[in-house]
Amino acid sequence: MTALEKFQNNRNALGWAFMLPAAVLLLLFLTYPLGLGTWLGFTDAKVGRDGEWIALENFSFLVGDSVTRLALFNTLFYTVIASILKFGLGLWLAILLNKNLPFKSFFRAVVLLPWIVPTALSAIAFWWIYDAQFSVISWVLTQLGLIDRYIDFLGDPWNARWSTIAANVWRGIPFVAISLLAGLQTISPSFYEASAIDGATPWQQFRHVTLPLLTPIIAVVMTFSVLFTFTDFQLIYVLTRGGPLNATHLMATLAFQRGISGGALAEGAAIATLMVPFLLAAIMFSYFGLQRRAWQQGGDK
Amino acid sequence: MSTAADRSDVVGMDYLQSVPRRWVTIYIPIGIFVFVLLFPFYWMAITSLKPDAELLSREGNPFWIIQPTLAHFEKLLFRTEYPAWLWNTVIVSVVATGLSLVASVLAAYAIERLRFQGAKPAGGAIFLAYLVPPSILFIPLAAIVVKLGLFDSRWALILTYPTFLIPFCTWLLMGYFRSIPYELEECALIDGATRWQILIKIVLPLAVPGLISAGIFAFTLSWNEFIYALTFVSSSEVKTVPVGVVTELVEGDVYHWGPLMAGALLGSLPVAFVYSFFVEHYVSGMTGSVKE
Repeated sequence: MTALEKFQNNRNALGWAFMLPAAVLLLLFLTYPLGLGTWLGFTDAKVGRDGEWIALENFSFLVGDSVTRLALFNTLFYTVIASILKFGLGLWLAILLNKNLPFKSFFRAVVLLPWIVPTALSAIAFWWIYDAQFSVISWVLTQLGLIDRYIDFLGDPWNARWSTIAANVWRGIPFVAISLLAGLQTISPSFYEASAIDGATPWQQFRHVTLPLLTPIIAVVMTFSVLFTFTDFQLIYVLTRGGPLNATHLMATLAFQRGISGGALAEGAAIATLMVPFLLAAIMFSYFGLQRRAWQQGGDK
Repeated sequence: MSTAADRSDVVGMDYLQSVPRRWVTIYIPIGIFVFVLLFPFYWMAITSLKPDAELLSREGNPFWIIQPTLAHFEKLLFRTEYPAWLWNTVIVSVVATGLSLVASVLAAYAIERLRFQGAKPAGGAIFLAYLVPPSILFIPLAAIVVKLGLFDSRWALILTYPTFLIPFCTWLLMGYFRSIPYELEECALIDGATRWQILIKIVLPLAVPGLISAGIFAFTLSWNEFIYALTFVSSSEVKTVPVGVVTELVEGDVYHWGPLMAGALLGSLPVAFVYSFFVEHYVSGMTGSVKE
């Protein structure tokens, strides 16, 4: 047996050889930066200058910094409200798409468009829709006689918050709806027939048949949705760049503004690191939620 | 009730619902959903064809065009660097997708079928890598990209996009490989095929739908990527479409809405086009990664 043949029959050697390209790319551009980012947060590095260890100075500054605190509030508010809306509307759309509709596959295909189109580009369309002077929403409301002045969608702090949330929900609904639709399609119709014979109302069927059977998929879909929303960057960057008065700054946009535009690499890295505990909490929450379901259903997962 | 019951296309218990009730509970809500989800695209398209005089006027009906013009597209294609951005996006997306697919096929096959020691932890690590968002990586990655001398080049993007493409593609392909019967591989092993031959001649041809799903998904993810492209590239001739449109077409306080919308529309069409041919693959890729 030659050395090459030996190698080809050794599953451990071959396995690691096959893992090599993926492992090299991920270790160099994912694991290493993850560690480097945490380390940078404890230094005073600037763009083009290696930093020195300054322990918790960045973090103690950020905790006292009103803009960072506002950004954290904005991020939590944005994530909670947008996730609830995406879940509610997405589930509703999934249930609608699961009915017997004419042109069902056409609807399903078209509904996903906001999800596949580059967010930065659809955000530009929203920017124009939210324009202070020529907004089409204001135009319609004026014509209907509901308002007499054009709405300043992105110029007022609370208007801006709700407007960016609306754009985020618009983009996120398709993902939630199509994923949940895949879950709905696995539920056997006989459950609904059986419960109907027992006299269940549509609401009772939804509450006691659909929802429990859908919970595992809801947990995964919403974890991803929360992750995407919490770390959102492009939508805010395009629509408001964090303004007005930092009212829409998220952790990610603030990290970019301080770390890249402002050159304070270490401070930006520290802000990004501050997001990690929240992300871990979201992942753990859904992971254990999922385990509980699997255990209740007698699964061995 | 009776009219609904007579229709041959009603399935299951749908006959219990009357036609007016179906309109209120199903058709009208879904109509509103589709209208809201598609309106921004209509608005993009109609704005890109409107002359400036109509764009910046509150008179008349904004939902329609009186004198359509291609002037914005002409400006975009011949007086900006848009074609270069389009070309960059194509190169970066295609190369990053190809690279990620090769690495993912090998990794997924090793984890799922070679079952080497440490395959399980490796699979778990891949899944965890999938959960790491670019928003917390871009600052240290920028430092690494500068150190490696890749800053402001296409390679910066081609080499960093696999950080989110490989975990996704590997996870998806693992699911596909799992569905291929062991017996096929065992037969080939008895006939003297090497592992490499098995992968190329048996597993890959059977996993073509999975490869297409992963490829389409990876392509759209790279096409849509924004934060890395914004951070790692600064000169106009290496920018991608999303970044170019956002950073270069906005000049000062004057917003050229026509060219902006034309740029957004043209940048969206390629992914929409690819997607329209592979809807089923795309959906199975998206939902497959969630169901695992």
